[in-house]
Amino acid sequence: MTFIGWFQILLFLGAILALTKPFGTFMHRVFEGEKTWLTPILRPVERVIYKIGGVKEDEEMPWTTYTIAMLLFSIVTLVVTYVILRFQAFLPWYDKTYMTTPMTPDLAFGTAVSFATNTNWQAYTGENTMSYFSQMVALTSHNFFSAATGIAIAIALVRGLGRRSALSIGNFWVDLTRTTLYVLLPLCIVYALVLCQQGVVQNFHPYGTVKTLEGASQVIPGGPFASQEAIKMLGTNGGGPFNANSAHPLENPTALTDFLQVLSIFLIGASLVYTFGLYVGNTKQGWALWGAMAFLFAIGVSVAYIQEARGNPLIAATGVEDKASVLGDSGGNMEGKETRFGIARSALFATVTTDASCGAVNSMHDSFTPLGGLVPMANMMTGEVIFGGVGAGLYGMLMYAILAVFIAGLMVGRTPEYLGKKIEAFEIKMAMLAALVLAADVLLFTALASVSHVPHPAAYWNTVSGTANALASANTNNSGPHGFSEMLYAYDSTTANNGSAFGGISVNTPFWNLTQGISMLVGRFLMIVPLLAIAGSMVKKKRVAASAGTFPTDTPLFAGLLIGVVIIVGALTYFPAVSLGPVVEHFLMHSGKTF
Amino acid sequence: MAKQLLISLRITFILLLLVSGVYPLVVWGISQVAFKHQANGSLIRNAQGQVIGSELLAQGFTKPEYFHPRPSAAGNGYDPTASGGTNLGPTSDKLINGVHKKDLSPGKPDPADFDGVADLAKAYRTENGLAATTRVPVDAVTRSASGLDPQISPANAQIQVARVAKARGLSEEAIRGLIAENTSGRGLGVLGEPAVNVLKLNLALDAAKK
Repeated sequence: MTFIGWFQILLFLGAILALTKPFGTFMHRVFEGEKTWLTPILRPVERVIYKIGGVKEDEEMPWTTYTIAMLLFSIVTLVVTYVILRFQAFLPWYDKTYMTTPMTPDLAFGTAVSFATNTNWQAYTGENTMSYFSQMVALTSHNFFSAATGIAIAIALVRGLGRRSALSIGNFWVDLTRTTLYVLLPLCIVYALVLCQQGVVQNFHPYGTVKTLEGASQVIPGGPFASQEAIKMLGTNGGGPFNANSAHPLENPTALTDFLQVLSIFLIGASLVYTFGLYVGNTKQGWALWGAMAFLFAIGVSVAYIQEARGNPLIAATGVEDKASVLGDSGGNMEGKETRFGIARSALFATVTTDASCGAVNSMHDSFTPLGGLVPMANMMTGEVIFGGVGAGLYGMLMYAILAVFIAGLMVGRTPEYLGKKIEAFEIKMAMLAALVLAADVLLFTALASVSHVPHPAAYWNTVSGTANALASANTNNSGPHGFSEMLYAYDSTTANNGSAFGGISVNTPFWNLTQGISMLVGRFLMIVPLLAIAGSMVKKKRVAASAGTFPTDTPLFAGLLIGVVIIVGALTYFPAVSLGPVVEHFLMHSGKTF
Repeated sequence: MAKQLLISLRITFILLLLVSGVYPLVVWGISQVAFKHQANGSLIRNAQGQVIGSELLAQGFTKPEYFHPRPSAAGNGYDPTASGGTNLGPTSDKLINGVHKKDLSPGKPDPADFDGVADLAKAYRTENGLAATTRVPVDAVTRSASGLDPQISPANAQIQVARVAKARGLSEEAIRGLIAENTSGRGLGVLGEPAVNVLKLNLALDAAKK
């Protein structure tokens, strides 16, 4: 650990704090259709989109229509992506010399679901699977669409909480278009150009072979990737063009781009919390959530940084220097980390990417120390509400807020209220449905993969590099508790729609592609639909005046209670599973045991 | 329902055109004018004008007169068509104790043929003439996340100076000067870690010889 390492973490949190209010205010204006400085340029484009789309701008929707529109849009875009992927060999910029991984139906299905649900779990190696066309059209478009969908839903839920005695929660098509046009696109253009200036590629050259200085041959890839990288981070998608993701020097070439990448993961998620405060007419309500999120972030990043900086005692025992040296070498656990980032930036990135539903990585989480690797895992287990994915973080945290006021109500024996509206049985049932389904999905699928044989014939269902594995668990890259951690992380990541991985596990087989695909769909839609139902129910309610018995939800006390609920309801559900993986591995590592 | 389906088809079409057509092409157009070198992969040419690699992608170096990069898990080493790390966990026996086998039949890599950290540290000490008790910089014996990490830590570079100086007949001082020239500091003074670009350093060494 170094002073400058901690300073970088503080600098990051300070930058997010500074951006929350201005950007949150901007988004509020966009969603309410008020004038912003972009209006003169973009308003004509917006009108054209509505005209072509056949959208009536001022037509509001009840929650059921809103949900149907959202689901239909997700299905249509999912099918488009599936078709493009399956036919990529007949589309431009497909070089069969280098595209060595076949685009099977199960891989195309898993990938289309993965990008449609904002997960961006990648069962493939980008540089030898996806043509430039697939990257630019099939995948980049989804990075915009799934992000815009998430933000639209968060805004719809917030409207449900903010309005009173109303029936409608907005128009999905208008929210979707405004997010894409005013929030995502302008930022992405500037951001992509900065990334490019720093060294991220943006070209359409085919892969070229060069002769290296020592005379070996090396293939240099290209691609239109600066534009993809920008929305990959800003939309908390996380699926990069290259296998190594944001660790790849052509995706994340410098420490400065790395700073911008972590910043862009949190930017929209943190600012939306302020937008929420504006919608409900009390920004302190937003800051209470912000404070709870920042606290949980600080715990995660501290544990990860301390653990990674302490290094691996098994490696130190082989005579390797793992202490920070005066020469600037950062020491610590450098397996699977890049020199230009060092320990602090790697720990920060791993924490931020899993606090949000991003899933991009600038280091290999699989090679983290056990407790360092537990941090991303636990972050995802909370449901990614620590600033969270764009939109998803806010609506997830509001679900916890409803549970928190309910628990507070139980303690004092009063009907719980949130933002002046009574929380009743229907809301609690919906919130608990979302919370329980996610936990059940992670734990049941992990259990299934740990103990079960794949369906017969194994040769079809689960063949890895020519070997038919009859056991699903045989696909792990590590033995002992770490192998279990790889499987737990896999379902945790897909259910939480994160997309990062303990990447050693081989998941490009029908068994894994399909079970992961189901997890992603469950994690996305069994979360969103109950929450939209809450929005639909809340929007109808009258606002009751606060009385002496009302539990205030804009105070540090409430933030504290909220943190407790997130940890107890969210993360502790997984305690037994986590004990079998990272916790036991931590003790075994310190007693010198290897597998 | 049918109305919403029709809208979703039409909206998908128009937005697709915007975010997957107009947007990347605008970025492409501007970057090909303003940042041509970076947009095309930061390629480096040798004195004869041939492209010999990218300053952002590590190449394998084994000769004693060159500085060596970190070990790589990308494909069979430094392969940009298969970027990635080992993904071996902290308690992996293979990661710590894997031993390189020399008597493999050609073209048939044995999956168990893997240099563990202990083995790499031993080789690093031998190569650089260090005593068996010398502690080795951690980045020299661990594989990066991308397998293409173009840089090494300054500590790692300093240890290699003596070997390179001897192989090239150059003074250690001259080589230290070249290291300093090819070291990038922290971004904006605080971000990331200082690091030495191996390919650029080796090119500078070749140029210095003449």
